[in-house]
This record gives sequence, C-alpha cells and structure tokens, in this order.
Amino acid sequence: MELPAAAQKSVAHAKSKVVITRDALLRGTGSTVDSRRMLGLLDRAMQTLFDRDHAIEAWSKLVRPGDTVGVKVNSLGGRGLSSNLQLVEAICERLQEAGIKAGDIVVWDHDSDELERAGFRLSMGGTGVQCFGTDRVDYEPDLVAYGSVGSRLSRILTQRSSLLINVPVLKDHDGAGVTIALKNMYGVIHNPNKYHPNGCNPYIADLNMLPDIRGRMRLTLCDATTAQYEGGPAYKPEYSWNHNALIVSQDPVALDYTGWQIIERKRAEKGLKTLEAEGRAPHYIATSADAGHQLGTNDPQRIALVEV
Amino acid sequence: MGGIMVHDFKLQGNVDRRCFLRCAMASGAALAVGEYSPPFSALALPVGTEKQDDAQFTVEAKFYQKLENKKIKCKLCPRECSVGDRERGYCGVRENRGGTYYSLVHSRVCAAHVDPIEKKPLFHYLPGTVAFSLATAGCNVNCKFCQNWDISQSRPEQVPAEFTPPRRVADLARQYDCPTIAYTYSEPVVFSEFLMDAADAGHEAGIRSVVVSNGYMQQESLKAAYGKMDAVKIDIKAFSESYYKDVVTGQLKPVLDSLVTLRKMDKWTEIVYLVVPTLNDDDAGFQGLARWIKANLGVDVPLHFTQFHPEYLLKNLPITPLPTLERAKAIADAEGLHYVYIGNVPGHPAQNTYCPKCRRMLVERVGFTASRMLIHKDCCPFCQHPVPGIWHT
Repeated sequence: MELPAAAQKSVAHAKSKVVITRDALLRGTGSTVDSRRMLGLLDRAMQTLFDRDHAIEAWSKLVRPGDTVGVKVNSLGGRGLSSNLQLVEAICERLQEAGIKAGDIVVWDHDSDELERAGFRLSMGGTGVQCFGTDRVDYEPDLVAYGSVGSRLSRILTQRSSLLINVPVLKDHDGAGVTIALKNMYGVIHNPNKYHPNGCNPYIADLNMLPDIRGRMRLTLCDATTAQYEGGPAYKPEYSWNHNALIVSQDPVALDYTGWQIIERKRAEKGLKTLEAEGRAPHYIATSADAGHQLGTNDPQRIALVEV
Repeated sequence: MGGIMVHDFKLQGNVDRRCFLRCAMASGAALAVGEYSPPFSALALPVGTEKQDDAQFTVEAKFYQKLENKKIKCKLCPRECSVGDRERGYCGVRENRGGTYYSLVHSRVCAAHVDPIEKKPLFHYLPGTVAFSLATAGCNVNCKFCQNWDISQSRPEQVPAEFTPPRRVADLARQYDCPTIAYTYSEPVVFSEFLMDAADAGHEAGIRSVVVSNGYMQQESLKAAYGKMDAVKIDIKAFSESYYKDVVTGQLKPVLDSLVTLRKMDKWTEIVYLVVPTLNDDDAGFQGLARWIKANLGVDVPLHFTQFHPEYLLKNLPITPLPTLERAKAIADAEGLHYVYIGNVPGHPAQNTYCPKCRRMLVERVGFTASRMLIHKDCCPFCQHPVPGIWHT
C-alpha cells in the first residue's frame, strides 16, 4: 500500500508543513461564523499548504473525480464545540468543484444523534452530500489489529471512503491531554472506551497505524474557530475561546504538536498549569512520531509552520 | 417468549452476529438427577433492527463519586475511571451526563439462554439443573482471548438488545423451569445495578442467582452486588500480575481480594483458570495458585483448569494440549486441593466429582451436564465424608 504523504515526508526527513490561517473578522460582529469568510479562510489555508494560486488546484492535489471522500468530523461537543458547520460546507463545496460528486461525499462521525445535536442535517441516499453516523451502517464484523489496538472499523470508512479528510476540533482532553487530529480517529472504531488508559498512549498511535486509516488519510483540516483549553472534550463555554483559525496539514503528528502548543499558550495566558504539570501531557504525540510508528514528526525543527 | 432473545454463543460462534442473535433457544424442564439433558429446541424469533430507546435502559449508577468540573470517578471496579462529561468509562456501558454517572444497560439484555449450570461452570451447585443465563454488553477488562468479545467489547447501542426488566427475568426463569438466574457471558460487574435488581426479583419468586465474573471489583461494590448472589464463579486469568497487565488489561491483586472477601461472606465460590499455551501454563504459576487457594480459601474450593480455544486477539496460539491441563491438575492435586477439575474437554474423567476421602465418584458429568449424582445430605454416600457445595434445591 502506498504510504500517505505524511509518512513519505517523514521517511525522507523533509519538513512537514503546517499552515495556520486566521481571520479576526470571521464572525463579523456576531457570534456565528460567516460562510463567505470561512470559504476564504479555507482557500487561503489550502493554497498555502499546496503552494497554489487557486483553491481548486490545491484540492485537485488531493482528490480525483471518482474518489469517495469521507469527511470525518467531531460532533462530541454539541453545537458549541463540534466541527464547524460552515467549514464542513466549505469543504464539501470545494470537493465538488474539484470533481467529486456530491453523493460521493459523506460527512460522518460515530453517531447520528450526536451529529444532529451538533447541528448537522442527516442525509442518507439520494444524490446530495451524505451525512450520517456509523450507527446507520454498523461496523465491519471482523477485527483489525495493530499493536495494542484491536477494533472493528466503521463501514463508512471501509465502504464509503476511498480517502479521508479529517476535520477535528482543537481542544483539551481530560485523559489524552489534547484531542485534535490523531485522537479524532477514535470515532472510527467500535470500542474507543478501551483506549483511554495511560493518556491514550500508545493506543492513539497504534490506531492510526491501521492500514485502513493510514492508507486513506489525506489531510487534516483542524477547526480552531472555537477552541478549548481546559475541561474537554465536552464543551465548557467558560474554557473555550474564539480562535478564529484553521490549522491544516498532511502530517497529523505535526498538526497535533502545533495544536498542543496553542493550547499550552492559552493555558499559560489563563494562569493554568501546563498539561505536563497536570500529569496529562499528550505523550501519544511523541509515540506517533517514534521509530515504530512514523506517522509524522513532533520535532519543531522539522515542522515548517506557516501562519497567514 | 415475548420476544426475548436467547442464544448460545459457544454453539454458534461462527454464525453472523446479527443472524445468531435472532436465534432463540429454549430448554425443556429442569433435569432430574440421573438423567441426560434433552436436546434444546431452537426457533427463530424476529428481532427489531430499529434504534433502541436508550432512556428505558438508563439508570443512575450506584458506585461513583462526583468530582469538580462535572467529572466523576467510578467506584465500581479497581480501574476507578475518571470520566469527563459526555464520556464513558472503560467498560463502555457507563456514561457521564452533566456530572451524573449512568448505567446504560439496566434491563438491556443482549443475550439470554437456558444453560446447564455445569456450563458456567459451577460443579458444586445444583448439579443437573439449568440456569436462565443472560448478559448485557460491556466488560471492565479486555482479555485477548475473550470468547464473547462481540458483546463484551461492544457498546450497548452496537448490540441488539431486548428490554427485559428484573421481574421479566424472574418470570422467564420460572417459565423455563430454571431454579437459577445466571449473570454471565460478558462481564456482570458492569451491569451490577441490573444484576442486583434482578436477583431481588428472582428471590421474591423463589429463584436463586449466580454470577460468572472476573471478580475485578472494588470491595464495597462486590459486597453490595455479589452479596445478593447464591453462588459465584470467579476467573483467575493467571497467577501473575504481568499477565493481567498484558493479556487482561487488569490486575490480579483485586481479584484475589475479592475471593477472600467472598470467602468471608460465606458465598459458595468456584474458580476457573483458563490455561493459555505459552502465556500462563508454567508449573510455578499452577503451584503458586494452588498454594494461594489452600492458604487463603481452603482446600475445598473447586478449581477448574479449562482448555483455551483460539479467539479474538489470540488466534495465533494453539488449543491447550490435554497433557498441559493434566499437569496443572496434578500440581494442584499435589498441593492438597480436593476438587480440581479439567474443563472444556468433553468426556475427560476429571470432569467428575470424586470423594476426597474414599475416591469414589460422586457426580458423573457428560458434556455440560450431570448424568449421575450420588451426593446425599451433602456427604459421600460411601464414606460419609462431607462434600461442600449447594447440592439440593
């Protein structure tokens, strides 16, 4: 199986590019994200990541007509802290402009009810963009295993997604330290509760090594429009802030490392201890980068961080 | 039948999960002593595929502590999961909703079957009878050899289930002439609230309760939940902490503590040790286990060495060779344990119960049931040596 871009870069010791785009006026004067500004934010992120003048050219580096694209969102945090609806709409719009049929795009998470609580409108069947949870199609009956992980995979991943775009949220996690790109894959398996001990380490890394996940992963588009620095993963308005940003990379480890630093800076600003001092530093990030996994890099010297 | 799903996991292990959940099996009357088990009759019942109504299965958990920030600490098992709002514990069947911890599996029966009591196995408890055996989804460990992983390692909403409240459980047990309700298949620790209520309902109807468990519990929850049981079967997965850590994802010490507590509570207890080739089949382990049982529980506690079959995450290992099981039994016998059995090996003479004094056979077992039972007034009929257990209804 062909290695995903992140792994190829890792092997070649090239720098992993992480792009952060921000828009202070993303919400205008209100609290809701403006769709047009979101599309612009997304375009800037993609054009910068792929060094292209036009957004569609950037998307065309990722997808081809005929692909079936899974857009894996995170809907745990309800309307307050789930993958932003306007962002997901913008992604779907650009995917279609890049030649993907609407019906070949599925926006998904593990549970349909949770998607609805987060504001997504379910859609199953027909020619439009699909949106539903694994509960509608079940998990594969057979286990797949890597290292410490043995799980059944969502049939949305295995049967409806020839490639995956990961759309996590930037937030604190009471066990793992942070939950961003790599941890979002817990929503792909039937037994995520088994993999929370020891700060989710090495489970997160092992899970992302599963060929069905690693082989499909193309891009992480982290929603940092609203982020949370404490009290996660559930939405706690008192600990969240409008960061009005997207973090984009093909290296999920570099992206998680970058997101972790953003959360630490916010924690320091708020006078909170570091995650390390709280005994919940996200060690899974280093494990994901180690020689046994090579899912990407957590070395800041090897991360090309671009802020636009 | 009222739609209750009953099925046999062992008999239908290779059948499609949903398909075999549709299979219902019911036995005839309880076996009379000295008779063979009649064949079970099977019939298919429709099982709804619609989404389950979570609300009817949801009750506040009994054993937990509220923390700051809407977090909770579960006090059910030694894992003591610290669970944030909207998250679940390791077992997957308990969820924190706004700082209150809930069991999602009360009355949520995903498997039910009328089984011989010998299948649990309980050999010194009403031999030749049947137990109305049930399970919900979930488990608080993750044994790599689990035979029922498709329910034990799943979340409740991932497994078809039937709303079966405690009185209904008792009614079904009575309907199928079962003197006992058995909580089994997955891990009853995680459905303690349901188990306690069902045991109460059973006792009100004159039906006993037994539990088949890993014993990985906190002392208080153990006393409260298993205090309602009439007999208990506990798995000791190995006499080694490293095995518990690597293969079980648990700890040995709390299990041993549970056994000592059950002993102090005077609960009839039997122990099963699944012998897994290369992982827990060393002489030192067998000897350590036998010595610990003798010193802490006494020589009369039945110990079952059972045969491993490749399953779940340990498909690379072979079936336990019979000589290994016989070696384990020989070691435990030599340490002075009175009732050491070999399980999962049909027809083996070590399935039978022998008088520890005169060595005459007292209970003969064929397959999963007792075919002859000679114990009279809790004693050997030949030499009058007392034989501990619960022998008569």
